[in-house]
Amino acid sequence: MTEPTHPSAAPCKLALADGTVVKGLAIGHRGETGGELCFNTSMTGYQEIFTDPSYHGQIMMMTYPHIGNYGASDEDMEADRPMIAGLVVRQFTHRYSNQLADESLERFLKRHKLVGITGVDTRRLVRHIRTKGVMNAVISSIDLDDESLVEKARRWPSMEGLELASRVTTGTAYDFSTGPGPRIAVYDYGVKRNILRMFRDRGCTVRVFPASTPLAGVLGWQPDGLFFSNGPGDPRAMPDAIDTARQAMTTGLPIFGICLGHQLMSLAAGLDVYKMYVGHRGANHPVQNLATRRVEVTTQNHGFAVDPKSLRDDVAVLTHRNLNDDTVEGLRFKQFVGFSVQYHPEASPGPHDSRYLFDTFLQDIAEHRGVRVKAG
Amino acid sequence: MPKRTDIHKILLIGSGPIVIGQACEFDYSGSQAARALRAEGYEVVLVNSNPATIMTDPVTADKIYLRDLTPASIHQIVEIERPDAVLPTMGGQTALNLAQTLHEQGFWQERGIHVIGVDIDAIRITEDRQEFRDLMERIGIDQARSRTAKSLLEAKEIAQELGGLPVVIRPSYTLGGSGGGIVWHPDEFDRKVMRGLELSPVHQVLIEECLFGWKEYELELLRDANDNVIIICSIENLDPMGVHTGDSVTVAPQQTLTDKQFQQMRDAAIRAMRSIGTFAGGCNIQFAFDPVSGRMIVIEINPRVSRSSALASKATGYPIAKVAARLAVGYTLDELPNEITGTTSACFEPSIDYVVTKIPRWNFEKFEGVDEELTTQMKAVGEVMAIGRTFPESLQKAWQSLELGYAGLGADREPADRSEVRQRLKKPYWDRTLQIRNALKLGASVEEIHDITRVDPWFLYQIQDLVTMEEQISRRALVQLDRDLLWEAKRLGFSDAQIAFLLEDDVSEDDVRAHRKALGITPTYQLVDTCAGEFPARTPYFYSSYETASESVVSDRKKVLILGSGPNRIGQGIEFDYSCVHGVLAAREMGYEALMINCNPETVSTDFDVADKLYFEPVFWEKVLDVIEHERPEGVIVQLGGQTALKLAARLHEAGIPILGTSYEMMDLAEDRGKFSAILKELEIPFPPYGMAHDVAEAVRVAEQIGYPILVRPSYVLGGQGMRIAINKTEVEQYVRQIWKLLPGNEILLDLFLDGATEIDCDAVFDGEEVWITGIMQHIEPAGVHSGDSTAVLPPYDLSETVQNTIRRYVEDIARRLEVRGLINVQLIVKDETVYVIEANPRASRTVPFVAKATGIPISNIATKVMLGEKLKTFREAGLLESKLKGYAIKEPVFSWDKFPEVPKELGPEMKSTGEAIAFVDALTDEHFSRPYAIRNLYLSR
Repeated sequence: MTEPTHPSAAPCKLALADGTVVKGLAIGHRGETGGELCFNTSMTGYQEIFTDPSYHGQIMMMTYPHIGNYGASDEDMEADRPMIAGLVVRQFTHRYSNQLADESLERFLKRHKLVGITGVDTRRLVRHIRTKGVMNAVISSIDLDDESLVEKARRWPSMEGLELASRVTTGTAYDFSTGPGPRIAVYDYGVKRNILRMFRDRGCTVRVFPASTPLAGVLGWQPDGLFFSNGPGDPRAMPDAIDTARQAMTTGLPIFGICLGHQLMSLAAGLDVYKMYVGHRGANHPVQNLATRRVEVTTQNHGFAVDPKSLRDDVAVLTHRNLNDDTVEGLRFKQFVGFSVQYHPEASPGPHDSRYLFDTFLQDIAEHRGVRVKAG
Repeated sequence: MPKRTDIHKILLIGSGPIVIGQACEFDYSGSQAARALRAEGYEVVLVNSNPATIMTDPVTADKIYLRDLTPASIHQIVEIERPDAVLPTMGGQTALNLAQTLHEQGFWQERGIHVIGVDIDAIRITEDRQEFRDLMERIGIDQARSRTAKSLLEAKEIAQELGGLPVVIRPSYTLGGSGGGIVWHPDEFDRKVMRGLELSPVHQVLIEECLFGWKEYELELLRDANDNVIIICSIENLDPMGVHTGDSVTVAPQQTLTDKQFQQMRDAAIRAMRSIGTFAGGCNIQFAFDPVSGRMIVIEINPRVSRSSALASKATGYPIAKVAARLAVGYTLDELPNEITGTTSACFEPSIDYVVTKIPRWNFEKFEGVDEELTTQMKAVGEVMAIGRTFPESLQKAWQSLELGYAGLGADREPADRSEVRQRLKKPYWDRTLQIRNALKLGASVEEIHDITRVDPWFLYQIQDLVTMEEQISRRALVQLDRDLLWEAKRLGFSDAQIAFLLEDDVSEDDVRAHRKALGITPTYQLVDTCAGEFPARTPYFYSSYETASESVVSDRKKVLILGSGPNRIGQGIEFDYSCVHGVLAAREMGYEALMINCNPETVSTDFDVADKLYFEPVFWEKVLDVIEHERPEGVIVQLGGQTALKLAARLHEAGIPILGTSYEMMDLAEDRGKFSAILKELEIPFPPYGMAHDVAEAVRVAEQIGYPILVRPSYVLGGQGMRIAINKTEVEQYVRQIWKLLPGNEILLDLFLDGATEIDCDAVFDGEEVWITGIMQHIEPAGVHSGDSTAVLPPYDLSETVQNTIRRYVEDIARRLEVRGLINVQLIVKDETVYVIEANPRASRTVPFVAKATGIPISNIATKVMLGEKLKTFREAGLLESKLKGYAIKEPVFSWDKFPEVPKELGPEMKSTGEAIAFVDALTDEHFSRPYAIRNLYLSR
């Protein structure tokens, strides 16, 4: 609880919508925040997680107790600012050690006005959520009244049915990279920088478009492939995006989707998506590639998933499955050139086992070009 | 891919006697593998010469050969058994080297035996320094600059190329880095190179760029036949490069790398494993990391289960050896379940939500003149592991586990001397973390300490947090210790004893405990679940912490608690874990819920599926009492865990907790020399004249009275710690002082030493009605050599029937008088047909597994059941007490002298052997008998 070397520690509380209240000490910005309380089991990569737009609006509880060990660095940003609404840890590290760090995590949190709490029995809360399901919570170092905090947590808007991509998407289209490779148009619902880096590293020219861009606007740029990005929120609350995806399927352009993008493509193709009891958030989820039988250890971050019962062979075939709970992890679509995965092949944080999917997409594009050339 | 059906019978090679660098972790991995393979329906044939192992028990394998690990034995076994496959990856470097030798002889190929779990090529590549280098270069993995030398001249040239000293010397193909080390000065260069060239079986040494100050990491990998690779655990060495990983304090998971740095290491590890072959099994890869430049290089690869994989298994809950064995027979990872959760896949990478700290345990005090500096050559004889929610907590628990009298990381005794701390910090010594704490306590800064030790500042900051907490506590009296501060201190791992020492007022550990409980602060038990709580888990593997909810649900079954034997050390090794495991199994067979407390990651007793509930905790009073108060067992078994468990008997007794088996009073009677001699007198049993002393003058007086030569030793120790034979007054003075340096305030025992006598070990079980003599062992070496270092022969080879009957009568009388329930070991000496009793130990002795293996009787199992109320009659009537021994069984001590070249090889009353082997002979003409017999007096010293 007390960080003995941190005399300015102030009391802080975390309240859950079901009435659970725990005490701790404030870290980062002093204030109040709320959101859906979720947990992540990655043992490294906290800064990448905090800045992942898919976590927009969520209170992140890290299961690994020591957070902040290697400080914070510009290199580890997945967006230009932290996206989580708050942070819960067991034992916050004030004094870091790593040659790459620019500053301490505490300074980073303060600079970005991010409210957090340390000294919390996170394991108990993880087990709590695991059995009771995800729920909203509030962290506060300014209001320490249990009842008032629980009430605030209850009133906090639910993630279910919430469209959040518009809050994290880019305001205007921008070029991320230019290269000799294919032109990739990215629909930004909260894209992680490392996805863009993956395309850049493969020589692609990448332009990132705001989520609301009409397809015609994107096609005007003459892309070779379309990418539907990851992002926060309930995909079922995004009719425009689903519509865009549906139109995109008729363009003949190869399409690749990750996470939210995967869900949007699935919905557009007529499949169902449901909210999971407890989502997948970690960097150790085993996913089997059903074509090769090879298993990839993957980074995951999703609270919604494609309903396997809605799968139809004429729409899509299952390409990847989760070995732990058999959830749908990847689809190859039948009515257009396209595939999508629920997990994060760009990792950051997490293992690099699935990066081949970016190559697969470029291969799709190459083959498609071939077809187009032949057809023309 | 499902399991292979073209193989039915598998030969599993063990690792042989315990030596430094290859300890009981291979009993753990071998046992796991054997059980996994049997469960898959394979017939398992096991060969190992080490009798003190669970793997050589009938419970583990179908056929067991207690034989030397030599090509000749394998030839014979294969002739009889005709196995289809051999699994050599569970028996350390010994098994791997043996498999390779037989491969080179074309043996496996000739017999059509599949080598599974590893490629022979992989063994060669990873052991041949040059080939390994070339390969790593080809796949683009950075390495330390180095070259192999075949001569001293070549070595000198290479050192010059590398820019001069310091350089590292690594002889090829040696165990635990034998003969290796950093050379700082030109005057030691020639000597160390020559020694390395001599020690290496291929007479090559590697001269390598010195990576002093670099950080060291290890990754544990598993791969299946479909080339899926997963990382089970990352381990960060607190000690930077230069200290052998077996001698380093290590922490899991790694703490100070960013995700990008860690993934780069993971990628390199996977690439490296794939490059050395296509085998399915386990692999350990070590890396060095330059904290300044960020350069990362590979150090070595072990294509087998290792000491670190045992640690990684215990640290994460992931049963590496068991899964590796299944992979070796063709399963792929996606086909196997995660046994810890029962619901998820084995093909994943464990995530943990706690911190694990391993501290090695050394026995330098046993070796006079030993160089205590830690180097690239392993010197530790055992290790402890501790689990805490945070690093400070696990570090403190690890210090409690060491059984060196520490109640945590210092803060339990008067402050250390400034100059001594400065001196000790300069080089890596066994107590480095403690000296870091001392230095911080004395006001040194993290920067200063980092400059000297190169320990990553993160660890230093964490230790500094402990020192800050110490200061906060020390400004208070017990009544001022409020809930928040005490809660935080407990969360940082401070023991009640430390807190009592720190507080301003004069309070005891018990006072702090009472105050703590009054404030409602008690430990919680958390589950080791491989998944950081993401999924429910069903495996009863727990550690304590101070959190807000306990996960260990207490059942309403009747339960017993078995105290484990803690870290391996000379005098208390794997033999005691063997007895503990059997104790647990016997208690379970009798319907008890068996609870185990132990902190040794190398053992079978800390395998999560041995006991009904495993508490991975220090065998330290506070932690033991906490578990007892949580579980409320019917009683505690202290007879099996050696001195570790026994030492707690008095406090258990005082606290009114029932001790199962022989009562505390009787154990104390046996241990207290005065009381025990009175008993011997009462029973009319001769014993050598003796005396006790509490100061030097008294010791000399007693010695002069009794006469010389005289045995001088401290009471209440195992393995003859500090024991010497003195031949005059000056030596008595000298030895007593030495003992007190080691064990301050300990009572001194002085016994007349009977020169040229024969020593006897006798094991027995008593159930209150009948005494069952399980074995009488006659030593080949004369009395004066510690029984653990003696070659023992079962049954006796030249004792008269009269003498043997006298021995039986004495042991029976003592067992009855001490009201033993369960095991007793009596040590006797015979001189001129007179039998003298030296000591009686009403507990499991070192020889229990040897006698069990020699006679084929499950002695520990029966003894435990006797402790719990069964009668020997039942077993006798079932024919279970009949020895199957034909001829003689010989227990041969095994030493690790090669690790301490500076120490002269001599034997005396202080035990020095690290392990043992068993040999069965038909006649005394066999060289297993004749060889030690011929040289029996050679090494006797004082």
